[in-house]
Amino acid sequence: MCRDCGCSLGPAATRAPFAAQPAGKGHIESIEVITAILDENDRVAAHNRTHFDGHGVLAINLMSSPGSGKTSLLEATIRALAGELKIAVIEGDLATENDAARIRACGVPAIQITTGNACHLDAQMVHDALHDLPLDGIDVLFVENVGNLVCPASFDLGVHRNLTLLSVPEGDDKPAKYPVMFRAADLTLITKVDLLPHIEEFSVARARDSLRHVGFRGDVIELTRRGGPGFDAWLGWLRSEIAARRAAAA
Amino acid sequence: MHELAVCQALIEQVERVARDNAARRIVSITVSVGPLSGVEPQLLEHAYPLAAAGTVAEVARLVVVTVPVRVRCRACKAETEAASNRLLCGSCNDWHVDVIAGEEMLLQRVEIETADEPVH
Ligand SMILES: Nc1nc2c(ncn2[C@@H]2O[C@H](COP(=O)(O)OP(=O)(O)OP(=O)(O)O)[C@@H](O)[C@H]2O)c(=O)[nH]1
Ligand SMILES: [Mg+2]
Ligand SMILES: [Zn+2]
Ligand SMILES: [Zn+2]
Ligand SMILES: [Zn+2]
Ligand SMILES: [Zn+2]
Repeated sequence: MCRDCGCSLGPAATRAPFAAQPAGKGHIESIEVITAILDENDRVAAHNRTHFDGHGVLAINLMSSPGSGKTSLLEATIRALAGELKIAVIEGDLATENDAARIRACGVPAIQITTGNACHLDAQMVHDALHDLPLDGIDVLFVENVGNLVCPASFDLGVHRNLTLLSVPEGDDKPAKYPVMFRAADLTLITKVDLLPHIEEFSVARARDSLRHVGFRGDVIELTRRGGPGFDAWLGWLRSEIAARRAAAA
Repeated sequence: MHELAVCQALIEQVERVARDNAARRIVSITVSVGPLSGVEPQLLEHAYPLAAAGTVAEVARLVVVTVPVRVRCRACKAETEAASNRLLCGSCNDWHVDVIAGEEMLLQRVEIETADEPVH
């Protein structure tokens, strides 16, 4: 894709070793720098966004604990929107092909990211995945991040929206325990609400309070992948995001 | 943990500084980290030697300055410290606050030994 689009960013560069020399007779100098440590990731993230915008694609990053229902949400969403929206998925399941296989079984292209640390995706991994994923004609690209409530929060991927899932069995105290992740989100989905009758300890009101206390300012939608009003609200959110993006592009 | 990835990005920046300034070696590296950056100072210190091994920063000291979270209240305008999971005004308890510090993850300063001998 980089050759086609003319962008100068290839796969991650391997750097030449540059070893320290033993202490010598040079003088000691203190140099003020002041740069964001992750500025290279931020630069690649901004570049990813030019790919998305160039193709009119809405890109969404899904983050949560392992097993909160990210892949299930994608499966149900793809089925509900078949014939209406063209969806593609980048899967950050680094250990197995399971999630990518589940997405492909729904009839949608899925690229599996297989390189890198096992704890989070970064912008370069997403860029490399884009080389194998034609974006032409795609309306929404989902990135399913690695199941982890800590590490993914620090790495901008260049997507338009970050979503965090909080499933009922995890407990309503997760925002208070992982504030950075929940604060970074544009939308929080409380998933598996069909389990609320079995897990009385989970209070949706407490979860919402906790979200407010960590500085989360987005919408909260309560849903189950089995459908219902919450799931419809999620589809509505998605449709309105796409409409807003199209209006901005026009 | 992602602190190793953060340290690797840090070392790349430091290598650039070393090259630009013809350094023999890096003596120390100062970073500032806020709790809302998602990076744990202690994990950063543990990961650092792994990322620095074999580089120009091999023997450099890492200094991590932690920056507390501070919020400014939209209601009463007070500026107070806050906990990451209780971003409330310390003065009036309102949650309509803006974070003014605590999100940073910055390389601040690099101390190098230059290749040339001092001129006296
Ligand atoms: N009761 C209930 N179970 C659900 C729901 N959504 C997902 N699950 C179950 O939760 C488990 C994990 O779901 P996944 O969709 O694989 O979760 P994930 O977040 O993709 O997991 P990782 O990719 O491993 O982090 C599976 O057993 C699902 O069947 C739901 O709405 N209600
Ligand atoms: Mg999954
Ligand atoms: Zn590119
Ligand atoms: Zn490219
Ligand atoms: Zn990690
Ligand atoms: Zn106040």
